Amino acid sequence: MARSLLFPEFKIERDKERCIACQVCVRQCANDVHEGSDTEDTVVSQEEKCVGCQRCVNLCPTNALTVQTRKDGFRPNGNWEDRHLRGIYKQAETGGILLTGMGCDRLYPVYWDHLLLNASQVTNPSIDPLREPIELTTYLGKKEEKLDIHWEGDSPVVRTRLAPQLGLEVPVIFSAMSYGSISYNAFRSLAEAAREAGTFCNSGEGGLHPDFYPFGENIIVQVASGRFGVHRDYLRVAAAVEIKIGQGAKPGIGGHLPGEKVSKEISRTRKIPLESDAISPAPHHDIYSIEDLERLVFAIKEAINYEKPVAVKIAAVHNVAAIASGVVRAGADIVTIDGIRGGTGAAPQVIRDNVGIPIELALAQVDERLRLEGIRHHSSLLIAGGIRSSADVIKAIALGADAVYVGTAALVGLGCHLCQKCYTGKCNWGIATQDPVLTKRLNPNIGRRRLVNLLRAWAFEIKEMLGGMGVNAIESLRGNREHLRAVGLSREECSVLGVKAAGEGW
Amino acid sequence: MRDPFRIPSGCAVSGILNLDGTHVSGEKIIRSIEVMHERSNGLGGGFAAYGIYPEYAELYAFHVLYDDPLTAKDVEAILKRSCTIEHSEEIPCKETENIQNWPVFKRYFLRYRGRSDCEDDEVVRMVMEVNSGIHGAYIVSSGKNMGVFKGVGYPEDIGKLFQLEEYQGYCWIAHGRFPTNSAGWWGGAHPFGLLSWSVVHNGEISSYGINRRYLQNFGYVCNLQTDTEVITYLVDLLVRKHNIRIPYLGAVFASPFWEQIEKMEEPKKEFFTSLRTIYGGALLNGPFSIIVGFPGGMFGMVDRIKLRPMLAAWKDSTFFLSSEECAIREIAPSLDRLVALRAGEVISERVGERNSHGQKLTVSGV
Amino acid sequence: MKHIKIHEEYCIGCRLCEINCLVKHSHTGKIIKAFKEESPRAFPRIRVEEEGCLSFALQCRHCEDAPCVENCMTGAMRRDKENATVLCDEEKCVGCWMCIMSCPCGVIKREKKTRRIASKCDLCGGVDEPVCVAHCPNEALTYE
Repeated sequence: MARSLLFPEFKIERDKERCIACQVCVRQCANDVHEGSDTEDTVVSQEEKCVGCQRCVNLCPTNALTVQTRKDGFRPNGNWEDRHLRGIYKQAETGGILLTGMGCDRLYPVYWDHLLLNASQVTNPSIDPLREPIELTTYLGKKEEKLDIHWEGDSPVVRTRLAPQLGLEVPVIFSAMSYGSISYNAFRSLAEAAREAGTFCNSGEGGLHPDFYPFGENIIVQVASGRFGVHRDYLRVAAAVEIKIGQGAKPGIGGHLPGEKVSKEISRTRKIPLESDAISPAPHHDIYSIEDLERLVFAIKEAINYEKPVAVKIAAVHNVAAIASGVVRAGADIVTIDGIRGGTGAAPQVIRDNVGIPIELALAQVDERLRLEGIRHHSSLLIAGGIRSSADVIKAIALGADAVYVGTAALVGLGCHLCQKCYTGKCNWGIATQDPVLTKRLNPNIGRRRLVNLLRAWAFEIKEMLGGMGVNAIESLRGNREHLRAVGLSREECSVLGVKAAGEGW
Repeated sequence: MRDPFRIPSGCAVSGILNLDGTHVSGEKIIRSIEVMHERSNGLGGGFAAYGIYPEYAELYAFHVLYDDPLTAKDVEAILKRSCTIEHSEEIPCKETENIQNWPVFKRYFLRYRGRSDCEDDEVVRMVMEVNSGIHGAYIVSSGKNMGVFKGVGYPEDIGKLFQLEEYQGYCWIAHGRFPTNSAGWWGGAHPFGLLSWSVVHNGEISSYGINRRYLQNFGYVCNLQTDTEVITYLVDLLVRKHNIRIPYLGAVFASPFWEQIEKMEEPKKEFFTSLRTIYGGALLNGPFSIIVGFPGGMFGMVDRIKLRPMLAAWKDSTFFLSSEECAIREIAPSLDRLVALRAGEVISERVGERNSHGQKLTVSGV
Repeated sequence: MKHIKIHEEYCIGCRLCEINCLVKHSHTGKIIKAFKEESPRAFPRIRVEEEGCLSFALQCRHCEDAPCVENCMTGAMRRDKENATVLCDEEKCVGCWMCIMSCPCGVIKREKKTRRIASKCDLCGGVDEPVCVAHCPNEALTYE
């Protein structure tokens, strides 16, 4: 075999003074980077295989290890970046599509970081969340335009029956990550945390393992183009059903779970043969148009007796506002929009990094378009794709989202270090893997606790920020772009976002 | 000498309603609002009066402010499209010690020519068209048998400018302004009027951005960049179009907390849950106390955690609302009953419904 | 009495329990010194058993009817009166290994390189949380 032109991406430094040759690193690396010796007190590392996941660094009891990106690599070139050269070398060797995991890591503008929040001064007292209630309770689902009230004497009789709603205690939902792409323990952590924190997690397109049926009240199940694991009980046990049309990390293409990952439990959950590839087609082959979507929406509504909301998830693409409007009119109670920075377990790198638009712009345009058409109340807006902090959450809500999905942030909460190697199935953190040696590494009791803590911390921070603005209910911030100002953006960008420049008053 | 570095204390609001329908001149309300001089800063004052045009009671009385009198013909063209101008005149003003310049104010009495079931909607549409489309003209009120008089100055001076002592009304509402969010101009003073609603407001609506966008859904165009405007339109939308009765406006504007709603008993719980879920965009957040006038009545309310003052009082057959007790005592030194409004509370009275002792009143013609 | 509970489904086989047990029972109590400078090296009283994806850390169960106590001829292996822990009095131990012969769990070891005494878990001498539990990164050991 010809020698590879690639050289290691990472540099592993082992401090000999500190290394006690305990071999924890050896035992923890699924990529066999470190090698110990039975006879001598030494450990050596083979950097070619290192993915930079930092598992060994984290567990080393003497802090003897450092794993860094190699900077002294290719000759600097403004046009030919390292990633181009690496990509070409790899493709010249393999002849294949470059795969990757997690969300787009390119330096496209992150608009959250160009938006600043407001606070009260003098004319309007800020509210102290430690002393006064501040409400984050959010209901997702179709809202009637008006309440049909009939008065019997002085008593109101409501004739409007509220459409089914999802009630959230905190406007953050764990986004679609299938059992298959993530481990059983990772899914269990999400489901238990969702229940404890009063929110939801999304099954992804991989069906629902029977163990998770008891969590149905806190699970949104997905119906994707592969229809994996979709059956009557699956739809009925859930709190809501989401039809997945597209995903921000890979708009326009389907998913692929390699047969090696299709274990006995996954085959049982997805209702597919053991070790067979699970391939989701690019489109739903029964949805070639918006009117076909409407049929599926209502077919599902029939199946669940109109008792739960039906969501439709689309990727943020150029014409997203018009598409979202069509989706609303097709009967979706919730529209989910996933931006270019949305994560994935596996996607072609060229798609992940080049297709779609940032969620901030898509959200601003969809919210505005639906309002202009007078149909904003027909659907709630859930957004996904690169929410990293409570500040991103509150800015998304001020731009017009009803709630946000977090995927990557939740996984990071579970230990993910964004090595982007989810597609290899060798996740050293026990998250994106089905290898029983690795899945054990994620104790769902710890996972649940960490995720609940994360949501709790974000909720506190959101309340602090709301209180600072003098707002004590999240609905008063929703779509309230007066509380946002832009820094460092062009007029066009401000106008797309519907946000004034910092310094402009009311 | 007044200290020039006073800390803003917000606006002053006051209202008087004669529950037996007796008409009184504007002299009392001017006295009442003048007491609270310190709450305003001379950048805005105004009044709404109900029952002042009995001879044209069936017609829409439009008060129009002309910064640019040349736009009058454009405004009149819009009005004439669906209405007949039965009478029009300049609103008489008299120079006062403190106000020497003022824009032209005209009033038109309009008879709507179209179908009666959509006349209110048509009037709203006309108001929106003029106020957002014609630069230099502004419709300050558009109700029947009522009118709004407002401008830049202390309210007592505005009252004298418009010679309100010459008008006779059964309900008077006043406002002294300490503007914080929009520049002081004649149209930006309170009250805000739409149809026969008039609203005076002390506070700042932190939810303004979303309230404005929520109203856009229903065809209301907010062009003043001020929060009182959204309150006016929301009252119109909810009461006139959505059949929500005034005592329940509090459940929307200053909704109880979810925790409180959880503890309610059915069917009240369902009602409040539905209201809050559907009308989340109409929740008014931030500090406010408002007085709203409407044909035959007046109500006051404060925000959900009571960040602005508001008192209600009754004396014989007169109902008072005010930011401060002194403003009520000034015109009614002894009272039958005086209460401070609680957070989110609405206190509403209508002519002829009852007096302070809870008895129904007999009234002759409002 | 509190016991160390083993949750083998979460044991990741990293052996940090062994390493930290060794450090705890070293002279210096400092990890780098315990491994690099102390000679003879201290001896861990916990051991990770492993086969395939199954692994768990085992240490003395402090049995209620401890055969090691019954079979100890010098009385070195005894039950602590206060907290019912099974302890080995190293002064009295003569290294006859009867305890090792009789231990049903195989958790008593010979410190053969150093001294002829039986070495076993002492629950870190009555601390709030033994070091193996405190340092388990995945809560595969709990003290309850």
